[in-house]
Amino acid sequence: MRHLLSAADLTHDDITSLLNVAEEMHEVQRRPIKKIPALRGRTIVNIFFEDSTRTRSSFEIAGKWMSADTINVSAKGSSVSKGESLRDTMMTLDAMGVDCFVIRHNSSGAVAQAAGWVNAHVVNAGDGQHEHPTQALLDAYTMRQHFRDAKVADTFRGKRIAIVGDLLHSRVVRSNVLLQRTLGGLVTLVAPPTLMPTGVEHWGVATTHDFDSVLADADVVMMLRVQRERMSGGFFPTAREYAHEYGLTAQRLAHLKPSAAILHPGPMNRGVEISSEAADAASSRVLNQVSAGVAVRMSVLYHLLGGEGAA
Amino acid sequence: MSLLISGVRLADGTVTDVAVHEGLIVPVSDLPADAERVDGDGLLALPGLVDLHTHLREPGREDAETVASGTRAAARGGFTAVFAMPNLTPATDTGEAVAYLNELAARDAHCEVVPIGAVTKGRDGTELAELGMMAAQGVTVFSDDGACIHDSLIMRRALTYLKPFGGVVAQHAQDPRLAGPSACCHESEISGRLGLPGWPTVAESTIIARDVQLAEFTGGRYHACHISTAESVEVIRWAKKRGIDVTAEVTPHHLLLDTPHVEGYDTTFKVNPPLRTSEHIEALREALADGTIDVVGTDHAPHARQDKDHPFDVASPGMLGLEQALGVVIDVMVNTGRMDWATLVERMSAAPARIGRLPHQGRQIAVGEPANLVLVDPTRRATVDRAASASRSRNNPYHGIDLPDPVELTLWRGAVTYRR
Repeated sequence: MRHLLSAADLTHDDITSLLNVAEEMHEVQRRPIKKIPALRGRTIVNIFFEDSTRTRSSFEIAGKWMSADTINVSAKGSSVSKGESLRDTMMTLDAMGVDCFVIRHNSSGAVAQAAGWVNAHVVNAGDGQHEHPTQALLDAYTMRQHFRDAKVADTFRGKRIAIVGDLLHSRVVRSNVLLQRTLGGLVTLVAPPTLMPTGVEHWGVATTHDFDSVLADADVVMMLRVQRERMSGGFFPTAREYAHEYGLTAQRLAHLKPSAAILHPGPMNRGVEISSEAADAASSRVLNQVSAGVAVRMSVLYHLLGGEGAA
Repeated sequence: MSLLISGVRLADGTVTDVAVHEGLIVPVSDLPADAERVDGDGLLALPGLVDLHTHLREPGREDAETVASGTRAAARGGFTAVFAMPNLTPATDTGEAVAYLNELAARDAHCEVVPIGAVTKGRDGTELAELGMMAAQGVTVFSDDGACIHDSLIMRRALTYLKPFGGVVAQHAQDPRLAGPSACCHESEISGRLGLPGWPTVAESTIIARDVQLAEFTGGRYHACHISTAESVEVIRWAKKRGIDVTAEVTPHHLLLDTPHVEGYDTTFKVNPPLRTSEHIEALREALADGTIDVVGTDHAPHARQDKDHPFDVASPGMLGLEQALGVVIDVMVNTGRMDWATLVERMSAAPARIGRLPHQGRQIAVGEPANLVLVDPTRRATVDRAASASRSRNNPYHGIDLPDPVELTLWRGAVTYRR
């Protein structure tokens, strides 16, 4: 693998390998001394054009535990306003001899554009409203662990996955849909019509505006954050009404199968898209997702950098 | 200079000799003996093309284009007149700014340059600019292009106030609420998949629907710039049927290039309004053929590399057009049998000259007429190379594709402004 830009670029074998290596990395994570020499001498630059706490620290920890030199560059504020083009920003850092860029950008497509301008490997850590492939991988990892813990088949084929929330503005949903297209999960997207992406009928997934209709059959319910500023955009009237129609309330929680997993990529808006009862339920895997995030990102970095002339 | 083009075909099919002397088309017998001779066999002589919609970038962004480089590109494309949009720095919103542009043109231009005046001060859509004082400097077309005149009352006032001057309001139709500043991709399956902010067709057509009713109500003259959607075509068709004084324009790129071009996030293909899907392209071609759309305007929009090397949603919108406009129209309209040469001349020369009130442009090729003409080889084709452009910019969306490359010679006021 040269870059990880889109979940669509991964074959079934790629995903299996990424998840299996992530499992080994998860073992490292449980050791008292969490350091392996796999990426010693390699330099990883996390360049975040948009604020992020969990994704950036997750990548940083992943790199450090594999002994890479990781550097964080905060490039918040568009390069336009600084008078430097994205191309110049990327080529400048690339000229320092970086091995891998982990890039988060608030513009869709910007990470793919950046990959075209540099020699280093590039990992997409989220581009605008487009994709967030490592999130989809860590979600898949979390689901697989959950299937095992629930003593059901640990394959995705035929599993019913409901993704609920602000789908229009979400990069998480696009990467999950693409990854599950390869893995065979049956995705149903749930949102008010105003938050459904244009052309979603071409995505090869089911859609509904009726959250209640999917509760009984769901193996996984993934709740996506709804930003309060969407109200001023006229996407829905109030947080109260949103919670009533599309929130995972205590009442809806009671209609889920006991074996159904609850996922949320965070940060959570408790009381809006997810109730505290659901967020803290025994079937909630939200913190497992965070923990899986480090292991999956170690695996991604290892797949990109581990093979080539490692020190 | 004197020139004899022998045995050349005109748009109506007749074959003739065209003699040019001292800026005019003259009888062959009036030519001096040393006149240069050009063999017109197999070539077409057309009136010089007129572009109602050009961005020359001077003053303000001379690194992207100048009057000299932009009009050289115009001459290369067969144009003998271009209307220069006022989104300059400073904006063309006073008589003085118009006079300055006229001076620049007199010094540097390779074709006639007619400044377009802003409708509102600073093109910000709130207060009328000094329309009368610009009209006194020769301005006939007024536009805030790049920005929509969104306020209904301002549009009403502009249409009414300009009546004694015979000016036309050329609208960039984009409802700023339905398609805000970040809108950059035709709202469709592709915008949804790419995660790019959608630019819905109705953001254009609903503004035009309002405007044509205001044009009817006021009796003012209205021109819809760069229409890109089937819905807008339907509105214009309805307005014309009612006898409202409206005209419409389509760009070469909206006639040829479709939305999937943006799938690689190549900002060369970012343009406003955005590239649309095939059903809209088909509606635009049909409307250009049947006259619902009056003119092809290039919306030639040069941008320096540093303004394009950004993420898609923030990169500058716009693409070059002057050099390939004729080739595109020949390929999609003439070579497909949808339009004859006489209609092409009407859409690319006569109608834009009429809308812009340029009496000496867009005229037939006949003795006594000004020698503004272009000599065309209708069979010649070439692969477009952006590096070969006369423009200072390289945001050419046709790079690498095979198109007609028809222009052999351009004459403006009897002087050669381009020769292959």
